[in-house]
Amino acid sequence: MTATASFKPDVIVIGGGLHGCSAALQLSMRGVRVLVLEKDHVARHASGVNAGGVRQLGRHVAEVPLSVASMALWHRIRDLVDDDCGFESHGQIKVAESEAELATSHARVAELNALGFTHEEVVGRDELRALVPAIADHCVGALVSRGDGAAIPFRTTFAFRRKAISLGARFQEGGAVTRLARRGGLWTVETADGEKFEAPVVVNAAGAWADRIAAQVGEPVPLEVIAPMLMITARVAPFIKPVVGATGRTLSFKQFPNGTVLIGGGLLGRAVRDENRTELDFSQVSVNARTVWDLFPCMRGATIVRSWAGIEARMPDQIPVIGPSGTEPDLYHSFGFSAHGFQLGPIVGRITADLITGGSTDLPIAPFSIGRFAA
Amino acid sequence: MSAPNPKFDFDIAVVGSGPAGLAAAALAASKGASVVLLDEQAEPGGQIYRAVTETPVRDRKVLGPDYWHGAELLGPLRDSGAAHWPGAVVWSVARPREDAADGHRPIQIGLSRNGSAAMLTVRHVILATGALERPFPIPGWTLPGVLGAGAAQVLLKTSGLVPSGATVMAGSGPLLWLLAWQYLQAGARIDAILDTTPKENWRAALPLLPGFLRSPYLGKGMKLMLEVRRKLTVIGNVTALRAEGAIGGDSALKSVVYTRNGAEHRLPADTLLLHHGVIPNLNLANATGCAQRWDEQQRCWRPTTDEWGATSVEGVSLAGDGAGIGGARAAEEAGRLAALDALHRLGRIGREQRDKAAVPFRAALDRALTGRAFLDTLYTPAEAFRAPADDTIVCRCEEITAGAVREAVRLGCSGPNQAKSFLRCGMGPCQGRLCGPTVTEVIAAERGVSPAEVGYYRLRPPVKPITLAELAALPKTDADIDAVFKH
Repeated sequence: MTATASFKPDVIVIGGGLHGCSAALQLSMRGVRVLVLEKDHVARHASGVNAGGVRQLGRHVAEVPLSVASMALWHRIRDLVDDDCGFESHGQIKVAESEAELATSHARVAELNALGFTHEEVVGRDELRALVPAIADHCVGALVSRGDGAAIPFRTTFAFRRKAISLGARFQEGGAVTRLARRGGLWTVETADGEKFEAPVVVNAAGAWADRIAAQVGEPVPLEVIAPMLMITARVAPFIKPVVGATGRTLSFKQFPNGTVLIGGGLLGRAVRDENRTELDFSQVSVNARTVWDLFPCMRGATIVRSWAGIEARMPDQIPVIGPSGTEPDLYHSFGFSAHGFQLGPIVGRITADLITGGSTDLPIAPFSIGRFAA
Repeated sequence: MSAPNPKFDFDIAVVGSGPAGLAAAALAASKGASVVLLDEQAEPGGQIYRAVTETPVRDRKVLGPDYWHGAELLGPLRDSGAAHWPGAVVWSVARPREDAADGHRPIQIGLSRNGSAAMLTVRHVILATGALERPFPIPGWTLPGVLGAGAAQVLLKTSGLVPSGATVMAGSGPLLWLLAWQYLQAGARIDAILDTTPKENWRAALPLLPGFLRSPYLGKGMKLMLEVRRKLTVIGNVTALRAEGAIGGDSALKSVVYTRNGAEHRLPADTLLLHHGVIPNLNLANATGCAQRWDEQQRCWRPTTDEWGATSVEGVSLAGDGAGIGGARAAEEAGRLAALDALHRLGRIGREQRDKAAVPFRAALDRALTGRAFLDTLYTPAEAFRAPADDTIVCRCEEITAGAVREAVRLGCSGPNQAKSFLRCGMGPCQGRLCGPTVTEVIAAERGVSPAEVGYYRLRPPVKPITLAELAALPKTDADIDAVFKH
């Protein structure tokens, strides 16, 4: 997919992850000419290697309206991208290991209900066992979001890319953006391989590298580069449908249709973003394994065949940056999803397209303004 | 992680006890370094000298003098004072942490022994992980009764086992001939050898013949090959192969179908032994983050090393076939060179001392590598066997066919790493050992570019599977570590 010299984009999207591809798709659906610049290849980093959780459960209250709107798009994802993205909805569950933990679950539901959201509920001992027969005896209940599920990240991101391309978007892969400047109402974007592109509007969806783009326009952000670790087992007989997390410790646990079990949840290795690589910390992987040992006794003999970490961006307040630049017109940010951006992909692309084509959006994005980090 | 336990505080860890590992550990320890030799097998020797201390094959002429040379490497190891930990499966080697406080950058090795895992900290690691057989994907290669010639040779060395019933060998390369010769000595039945060496390879190899004529292997190799040709049915110019079970069933192998001069022929067979060369076993180096490059002559990926075996990762070096195929004698010398360089890097010997000591080893290495280019070129497998037809399974763990890989390429899959995401190809327990080279070749051919451009899997630890229980119980205290390593 080489961007030809004759192609004059209306919008340049920096970053070929799910958020960049989603923005490209939504803009292309409205007849906007989009060029996506990706420094490696589409879905190379967080978008391709995350755990694939499609989760409303347990989100920061500021994210809940967006998450609920995105969930509606997930449930008819095929209408949007002509591919089911491997999406299956068997709910997500956050297990409580003590009465005290269960009390926090009740408080959470009360908080959401007061805000008008009803997607989370508390279940007791028996219903937890009906949902997750393999759960350890000591677990007393859980927080459940029944409409949640999981999808296949790489396939999803590629489906968004493919649909965007079918509607006219262009993708240029293999050259990192090195320079961004605006003159006379036109952005000039230069890449490491010496190419220059121009467009009236730019979207910064550069993930763990987005702070460098923001810094170019004079709005530095305290983005932290993190490497959440995951591991996967050899196939075991199917025994669980929902995605399971824990209230008091870090866990994301799910079984794929092929029998392999994915274990993660956000324990961190070390990211070396300039070399596109991560290092695992097996003392932390061990903590994750210990959690599974405790919660799923049937998994103790399972074989771990692979572990890895993606490179992601985390903001200090754990919520993303979405919306217009605070320093330059015609620049829009969409980054810093803090290791839970996958589910938000469909809706944030739509929000970005709303902002670019209509100047506003009907979803509450004020909490995500980049201005919150302005000095 | 806890502080290093002084009892398990080694300067150098050597991974693998084939010729490279045995020679490296013995030399490094004899110069006063504290060395641990980690090996997943119960006995030293690697694959080439597998079971050299305990093979039931006591008639020395069956396995041949080159095999018994392995026994000569064991005395120096014993005398050197190196610790030898058999049954130690290394599943991770972590790069030095840039931010180590005390100046030097330790390397952490994740290993399992007797069902328990632990992390071992060392200053330098020499990976001597050897070679593995190049995958030989043909229709039916997953049937019971079809196996690699290398695997069959391991059975001979460890247990004295030879196939029973009708046996066909197929492929090309020195190991195929060696195994046929060993079977002859052992009195095993071989119905036919189907030689897949492409005719046209001779044209490319002939200019390299003068080098091969000086090779120490020439005389031995020719003698062995002539004897095999005299005593066995050898069918040359085979251009296609297929293994078949009973009609319509998933049963065991019943026959081998081969194509020669455009015509198909069928041989009844209970066992089919496939082989078309060996390639570096680079999984551990790859997962450690060592840079690698495509070797066009050997048609494989090999980790990038300097003349001492040092990789792109500080504190990690490679010796032997794991760094590029050179054979057992070359591996031994490469092991010694890597050991000298490690001693130098650890400050135990000076640069001049290293260089001076290296002279005889380097000369021996050059001798051992003489003629290699001729063999590599002559025995380059035909494209039809490297990038098989659409209906052939390439990834056995996930049952992905060559056709599915080609279809993914048409959908935008540009290399093996995307193939993992598209197809789960290479994501099974073998970590790409059985499909990686084939997937690289298929994608490169389909895209019309060099394998160098499509790349190879980024492999991930644990490089060898470990259980969740082992990982969950990863020891944190010195006493815990002591319990794991006690031997």
